[in-house]
Amino acid sequence: MFEKVVAIIKEQLNMENAEIKMETSFKEDLDVDSLDLFELVMALEEEYDIEIPSEDLEQLTTVGAVVDYLKNKGAE
Amino acid sequence: MKTRITELLGIDYPIIQGGMAWVAEHHLAAAVSEAGGLGIIGAASAPAEIVREEIRKAKELTDKPIGVNIMLMNPNAPEVARVVLEEGIKVVTTGAGNPARFMKDFKEAGVKVIPVVASVAMAKMMERCGADAVVAEGTESGGHIGSATTMCLVPQVVDGVQIPVIAAGGIGDGRGFAAAFMLGAEAVQMGTRFVVAKESIVHKNYKEKIIKAKDIDSEVTGMSTGHPVRQIRNQMSREYLRLEKEGAGLEELEHLTLGSLRKAVMDGDVVNGTLMAGQIAGLVKKEQTCKEMMDEIMQEAALLLG
Repeated sequence: MFEKVVAIIKEQLNMENAEIKMETSFKEDLDVDSLDLFELVMALEEEYDIEIPSEDLEQLTTVGAVVDYLKNKGAE
Repeated sequence: MKTRITELLGIDYPIIQGGMAWVAEHHLAAAVSEAGGLGIIGAASAPAEIVREEIRKAKELTDKPIGVNIMLMNPNAPEVARVVLEEGIKVVTTGAGNPARFMKDFKEAGVKVIPVVASVAMAKMMERCGADAVVAEGTESGGHIGSATTMCLVPQVVDGVQIPVIAAGGIGDGRGFAAAFMLGAEAVQMGTRFVVAKESIVHKNYKEKIIKAKDIDSEVTGMSTGHPVRQIRNQMSREYLRLEKEGAGLEELEHLTLGSLRKAVMDGDVVNGTLMAGQIAGLVKKEQTCKEMMDEIMQEAALLLG
């Protein structure tokens, strides 16, 4: 799942060459703002066919947090 | 003119006044509502009890609907939200963040929630969590801004959501109003033009700066901090940009602008104050009452839209 999430991040945010690890922080390391995060969440919802309520966005601070979140939601 | 927005809000004209910090107080909000639009009290970073007073004073001046803008990044946003509910306000616009955590309480109380959005994805998210409409605000706006222009953002948001869209950013007369409607908007939000309204308490020096502003006098500071702010260029904006260029940190930049909007609005310090205004300032030529402005806009727009 990690690889797929990374691919989605790279594509959605046009960050082809970014080095992305589990502990990568969206804000600190990737300079992702709230609007970018909305884009990302929409793409993840489509890919994994789940709904991410917008009040959950605050939890999604790192790539690892996204992966964990998706797993908890039963995404595969 | 009837649109889904006028129906939703119970107003005559589909014109909403922006929730500008310091500027959007009870005199202006009441005047806009009284003239047939929706006046808005901008809570900004004011203490919740001040917001309550502003709401009560506005209600003494008009029986028509009044809205409150809540700045969600402000730590006291929950208290402001409670005051809004306690005072029976029925329309809330939200800025700088995600109103999801307040949505349930507002919905239960019958408050219409209208988030300000700067992208299609954000608009979609807001629609899903129960927003009644969105304000699609282009980068032409004054104050804190996103990066997409009104011309590009509005039609894309209109295509992306089912709820009605209010266009904001760069609208200052009947032509702008009509253009926004051609893009699919069902109302407009204006800020800069209302700053110079007769009823606006903004210092005359600030109003004069807007009235005298030319098309190219608009400047954006704070790109490096991730919180860009549009204003009329002056000593303050030049100083800020100089520091930014030299790589100044957030702390130093925030120190520079601490209280600077208040200085401009209340004290009329147009040299060291921050003159927040949209790009449309160049088009704003005179001080008028809100009613004069809005009647003029509606007449002009009616001609253009046929």
